[in-house]
Amino acid sequence: MGLLSKKDAKLITDPLADNNPITIQVLGICSALAITADLKASLVMGVAVLFVMGVGNVVISLMRNIIPSKIRIIVQLIVVASLVIIVDQVLKAYAFELSKTLSVFIGLIITNCIIMGRFEAFALANGPYRSFLDGIGNALGYAVILVIVGIFRELLGAGTLMGYPVLGDPIEKTGVFSIGYENNGFMLMPPMALIIVGLIIWVQRSRNKDLIED
Amino acid sequence: MAVNTDKNSYTILFAIAMVVIVGSLLAFTASSLKPQIKENERMEKQQNILYALGVNENEGTGDIVFVSTKEVADKFSTNVSEQLVLESKDGKIISKMTRQEFIDSKDEGKGKEPYLIDVKKQQARAKKGESRFLPLFVGQQDGKTVYIAPIRGKGLWDAIWGFVALDENMVVKGTFFDHAAETPGLGSNIKQRYFMDDFYGERLLTEAGVFKGIAVAKGNNDPKNERKEDHAVDALAGATITGDGISAMIRKDLKLYMPFFQNLNIKTN
Repeated sequence: MGLLSKKDAKLITDPLADNNPITIQVLGICSALAITADLKASLVMGVAVLFVMGVGNVVISLMRNIIPSKIRIIVQLIVVASLVIIVDQVLKAYAFELSKTLSVFIGLIITNCIIMGRFEAFALANGPYRSFLDGIGNALGYAVILVIVGIFRELLGAGTLMGYPVLGDPIEKTGVFSIGYENNGFMLMPPMALIIVGLIIWVQRSRNKDLIED
Repeated sequence: MAVNTDKNSYTILFAIAMVVIVGSLLAFTASSLKPQIKENERMEKQQNILYALGVNENEGTGDIVFVSTKEVADKFSTNVSEQLVLESKDGKIISKMTRQEFIDSKDEGKGKEPYLIDVKKQQARAKKGESRFLPLFVGQQDGKTVYIAPIRGKGLWDAIWGFVALDENMVVKGTFFDHAAETPGLGSNIKQRYFMDDFYGERLLTEAGVFKGIAVAKGNNDPKNERKEDHAVDALAGATITGDGISAMIRKDLKLYMPFFQNLNIKTN
């Protein structure tokens, strides 16, 4: 990344792996459980959070010197909520189809603790440009995990990816289903998302021992 | 900036300013986008009704493809020949809008057309003991007359609704289901074509002519849905409550249309 200084680039690359908001900070778990039953939903949620975090971090960062510390959490909440509502309204007016797909995620974005966490921990203490990079980085880190979980759950649970049948037809018994393979319906349930996230955490920490806390 | 942000007076002023700014911003966005949003919802309703009637662009895809928003107004007025409003008690027709009236009303009658009747409001009226208006749309499918009724009920998280096309014997000729906030990948699959297609050909009435409805059943043991007389379609994995919601809204809302279909058959016999 020639455009960014080394320090700035770290803001984006760190949350992708060694400081991932889901697997290391264990934030934003609720939405990771709720919407990763298929890959498309995971992708859409990732993009939506990317937008809200990028813009929200900049807004909070610009206001950081005038926000009274006593009510800063409320102010952060208002910023997220209004951003999300405005985006929702604009989509409903100009991209109706997309807003139908997003419907259920809108509420989930407001309650996503990664967003509040980054406002509180980063945007309140840093300038707008760095805050923007931090927002994008953390949203990408969140999206990566969502997509990985989404791929596993959709592939093993429904035999499809993005809605396309990859493994064959379970009813007509084509593809791998012809040799006795069956879809695992349990993969579609929220607990499996937690187990997959757990497995990712396991793999990640066994590869990088520095991440293990005493 | 040398402002003492810890002072109470500053905090209160800041809060007030924030509320005013954010409030007016949101109000401005909402009111300026409202006409566009309303128009989108109106077109969506037409697309949904046409979808239940079998007018869509599904061909060659495994997915749900509505007629485009550009064509929807034309297709709606050519395919829906009559829009009726029924009285819930005896199924009598209390108002009727023919195709021509609908086309003519386009400019001044906006908001009065039967297809814009809000089923949610009508259900609330029925709860209060007032009479409920039932919208019904008449169209043609393969040369036969079909009747499309809107239904609405509860899913797991929020509202679910749909349109069901019926022939004169209350056999399903097409459906469209939608939801406000069912779980993606589970309950939201009621909006998938494979689920909607299962309803085609299912009967609402028993042989004896008693209303039974269609259950979304787990133990159906009929994944290809070849038995059309069993009053059941195969349920979706992990979406029991959403499926039950579908069964309930079919049973409750479509039952109200029974008197109309009875009257219809007396007339034709």
